[in-house]
This record gives sequence, C-alpha cells and structure tokens, in this order.
Amino acid sequence: MKAVRIVSGTAVPLDRTDVDTDQIIPSDWLKRVERTGFEKGLFSEWRDDREFVLNQEQYSGANILIGGLNFGTGSSREHAVWAIQQYGFDAVISPRFADIFRNNCTKNGLVPVTVSAEFNAQLMAAVQADPTLELTIDVERLTVEAPAIGLETTFPLDPAVQERFLEGLDDIGLTLRHESDIDEFEAARKPWMPAQA
Amino acid sequence: MPFTARETEMSEPRTLSQKIWDRHVVTAGLGGDPDLLYIDLHLIHEVTSPQAFDGLRMNGRRVRRPDLTVATEDHNTPTINQDQPIEDETSAKQIETLRVNAEHFGIVNYPMGHENNGIVHVMGPEQGLTQPGMTIVCGDSHTATHGAFGAIAFGIGTSEVEHVLATQTLPQTKPGTMAITVQGELEPGVTPKDVILHVIGVIGTGGGIGKIIEYRGNVFENMSMEGRMTVCNMSIEGGAKAGLIAPDETTFAYLKGRPHAPTGADWDAAVADWRTLVTDEDATFDEEVVIDAAEIRPQVSWGTNPAQVMPIDGLIPGPDDFDDPNLANTAARALEYMGFEAGMPIKEVTVDTVFIGSCTNSRIEDLRAAAAVVSGRTVADGVRTLVVPGSGKVRAQAEAEGLDQIFRDAGFDWREPGCSMCLAMNPDKLQPGERCASTSNRNFEGRQGRGGRTHLVSPQVAAATAIAGHFAAPSDLD
Repeated sequence: MKAVRIVSGTAVPLDRTDVDTDQIIPSDWLKRVERTGFEKGLFSEWRDDREFVLNQEQYSGANILIGGLNFGTGSSREHAVWAIQQYGFDAVISPRFADIFRNNCTKNGLVPVTVSAEFNAQLMAAVQADPTLELTIDVERLTVEAPAIGLETTFPLDPAVQERFLEGLDDIGLTLRHESDIDEFEAARKPWMPAQA
Repeated sequence: MPFTARETEMSEPRTLSQKIWDRHVVTAGLGGDPDLLYIDLHLIHEVTSPQAFDGLRMNGRRVRRPDLTVATEDHNTPTINQDQPIEDETSAKQIETLRVNAEHFGIVNYPMGHENNGIVHVMGPEQGLTQPGMTIVCGDSHTATHGAFGAIAFGIGTSEVEHVLATQTLPQTKPGTMAITVQGELEPGVTPKDVILHVIGVIGTGGGIGKIIEYRGNVFENMSMEGRMTVCNMSIEGGAKAGLIAPDETTFAYLKGRPHAPTGADWDAAVADWRTLVTDEDATFDEEVVIDAAEIRPQVSWGTNPAQVMPIDGLIPGPDDFDDPNLANTAARALEYMGFEAGMPIKEVTVDTVFIGSCTNSRIEDLRAAAAVVSGRTVADGVRTLVVPGSGKVRAQAEAEGLDQIFRDAGFDWREPGCSMCLAMNPDKLQPGERCASTSNRNFEGRQGRGGRTHLVSPQVAAATAIAGHFAAPSDLD
C-alpha cells in the first residue's frame, strides 16, 4: 500500500443516503480476475443519467468524494473501493460508513473520513455552491478542512490503521511478525474442530 | 493453552459474542489497536478470491492452513445445463481461475455439478463445517448466516481474504454488542424471513454498524436451524458486523452425524463445550431492542433498501410518512425507481417474475414451505418463476421428496443450484422495469439486473404471489 499523509483537492458532492456497493460497482464488473480496470464501472448505472453528479463538468478532476449516511452498505466487494480509487478519488467523506466498506478502504489507502451529519451537510452544501472549493484531509492530524470558508473538523482512525496509512505498511507482513504467537495458538485448538483431510 | 488461560482470568459477565471473541484472540491489541483474531474456517468462492491468490503469488506467500479453507463455485454458475461448459466467457474464466488456485494451493473445492457444490452459506452448514463457538469468514457479506450455530461469522473484502489465506488470522477491532429480543407468539403465517425483515425495518440499514447482534427470545429459540440461518443471514442488511444465536439442542441435533461434525467421545466433549456458549445472566449489551412478536406481519419490501419494508396487507408509504428528512428523501427516490405512487395497496401490485432461492431462503425447509403453497395450483399467466435450490444436496433431497414435481406441475422452472438471480451475475436476470417477488436479501437498484425492481418476501409469500400474479399471502389463495 502507498503511504498517504495529505489528501487535498476538490470534491464531488454525492448527496444520497444508503449508497450501496451494488451501485458503486454493479455485479457485472465483478467477473474480472484482475485488480485494475474498474474505473469505468464506477456508478456505471447512475452515470447513464447525464445529470448525475459525476457527469457534471464542474466536478471533473475532483479527488475527494462526499457521500451521505450509510455509505458503502451491502455487498463485501472490495471492487467498490478499487473502482472509486481507480476513478481518481483518494478519500471519501461520510457521516457513517458500512463496516466492510470502511475496512476495505483502509486496506487500499482510500481514506475513509467519518464526520458529523452536520459537518457533512455543511460541506456538501459548500461544495455544491462552489465546486472549486479546495479541501485538505490530513491523516497525521486527523483533520479535514476547507480553509477558504473556515470549515474544519477532526475524524477518527484507529492508531494502528493511521500508522499503516502514514507508513504505507503491508498488513500481512505486520501480522507475520506474530507467527510464533499464531503457532502457539494453533497448538492449543480443540482437537475436534473441523479440518479437511 | 492461550484461550483457556484467558478465559479463567476473566470473571466479568460476558455476552456470547464476547466469549467467542475472547477465545480467538492470538495477540490482544493495546491502546485502541485491533486484536489479532484466529479464524477457524475460511470459505472462498470464485468472485472475491482471484486477486487475493494473485497477491500471495506476487509476494511468494503460501496458504497457511489449506485444511481450514474450503471453496465452492456459486456466484457465476448458470442454473441450467451445469454438465456443459459455461457459455459466458468471463464467468467461465473466473471459475477456471478458482479451480487453478485451489489446485495450486491445495484447497478443497466443490466444483459446479459436484454433489457438495452449492451456495457457500448453504454448503458450509450442511457439511457440518459450521459449528458453535467458531470464527468463520468469507469474502461475502452474507457470511453472518453461520451465526445461526452460535459462531462469529462475518464478511470480508479481498485484501482480508488474502490476509486470512496467508496467516489464518485477521487484525480486528472488537465490535460492540447488540441484543435483539423478539418475545411472544408469532401470528400464523409469519415466517423467520418476516421476523428479520421487520427487525431491519425497525433498526434501519445502519442500525447494527460496528456491532454483533445476538438474537434472543423465545421466537428464535423455537426456530429451526434453517429459520435461524435466514435470520442471521440478513444481519448485514441492518449494518451489523455479524449476527448470532446461542446454540441449543436444536443446533446439536442439526449437527449430529454431518460429515465434519465430531463423533464419539469428541462429540460429547464438543457438546459439553458448546453448552457454555451462552450470554452470562448479568452481562449487558451496548444496545438492546425488544420487539413484540405479535406485532409482526408477513412483510414485503416496497423500496430499494432492506429497511424499506411494509406489512403485506398495508398501503405503500409516501415521503410524508417519514419524519426524518433523510428517510423521506430516500423514500421519494425509491418510489420513483420502483414505479410507485404512495397509498396503493401492495396486494394490488402485479409481478413479472418470482424467484425462490439465495443464501437467505433456498434450504430444504424453504422449498417445502413454498411447495406446500403451490401444490395443486397453477402459476398465474405471464409470470416467470424460478426455483433455485441452495446446493446439490438440497436439490437431491427436494427431488427425493417430490418437491420438484410439485413445482413443475404448478408451472415453476426447477433449476440447478447457485446464487442465481439474487445478484444476477449469471444469466438469471431481470429486464429493465421488470418487477420481481424474491426470497433473496437485497432490493438495491439493479441488484437482480439493470433497471429491475425487487421486492423481498418469504418463500411462502413468493409462492402465493406466483399463483395470484400479484402480491399475496398463502391465506389469500383460499
């Protein structure tokens, strides 16, 4: 995973609640066995509508996605995170993320920024009013701000997750440092637990 | 013995999920760091695993415990002509990739057409792989199904699949706890599916986020294992990390004699251990919801998320029925997508398709219940119907009981096992604008095919709807 410290740029306001991962990347796209090439599938059904926010020229080039409540619900497909990233987003802001989606974000360096519903609504309105509004997300200070209009808040990230973002660490490599603990745990498992021959 | 030492140290009353969690902590996270959790069973399928195996190869890593890993092919598989090559090239490639990976890394795979093949969450329990007290993961959000046995089971993404393959563990922040108690007598005709749809309607799509739900109360105690699986399956639709039910005699009776269940003295030791898997009397939950069973009616979803549900004898709601502006906006958008006006009785709505299947409702009991409704009756003109058993075993059992004939005689299309129209990755799809009564778990926009309109229902309501041609309860057919 690539290290992420600062994400700054403009944002796309996706003002909908309960954006599920079937919308983010419809199931037709899940047949690929590669990890790349998902940007075309991002919101592909909604993008058929010319008025859909991602199709609006004033938001082109944005690298931050602002969503509504319960962003990323539904299917566990990590393809949703890959699609958002490969389209060009580095962070997603929402008042509440679904658990699996949020986990998937942290495995790929897509910053999940959880803010209060009030802050989210203010930010959404500000970006709708001024699509050129610059935002800065600081993963070290855990802040998100829009300096031009004086909006700023903090967001939560587990210290271990924050460290992985900042250092770009490989999760599996970190876990394998505990290999002897895993060996010891395994030796004490109940003998009847199911296993394949 | 790390877990026994840990258990005896702990005298605080604990909930069932906390007990199972504590048993699986390899190294405890300090200061907000996640625990490293051991995974007892890793189920895999063709859609969320190819990139994980690629990652292992790129880094020269092995699968740590192929013996605790089991694969099946389900999401892409066609439900007709499974003895022929798959026509869709990308689906065929994904299935072939799983076979090559399973072979290369020494993992048991039940390929399409194998008697043990089926939807991953039907196959695991029926093989006896799912047992009380275990941690089970799968790259599929409906993994919570296995919680019906008193296990912590949850869905993971592909990076986590790779992590479990390489280490048999996952770094996980301990979730919160939530009790959902349904107490009292269910009205006749109210099924486990109606109970869980009602629950999601109460807590909302985000109500369980960050928590493991324990379903408690006599309604769940009296349910069969199939019913409990239907309930736990949909925990994710309420946002929960997982859902579970304490194991009891019903659980043990279901497990006994299954291929991977313990035998002899091991069985006795296992049952003695499993009996300890209950929430301590003094334990408290972070959140508790209590529902009176008598208020639950047979349910139909009217919108585009699984919390947008209504009683089958009700009127389709409008945005004005919601005080919360978010819910009102979401309702307005859903009504437009579904092609509805507020205030119409849902029973007057006609359907184009009826789908009976999915990891929520494709087990033998579901098929028996649907068959009992359609027996001696005929599907309404113009309604397309699919019955897709959850596994090869379910299909064989149903055929041995003559259920396939009952469905065929009524005009239903009897298919081969797989996920099928639940997520439309195979040829079973809705056309734009088509309306479907479905026993699956998600009514998201386009879930069953681009532009398709999905209504979540129980197998009984699906069956009655197929006969009537519009939404109906079995009692409406008399």
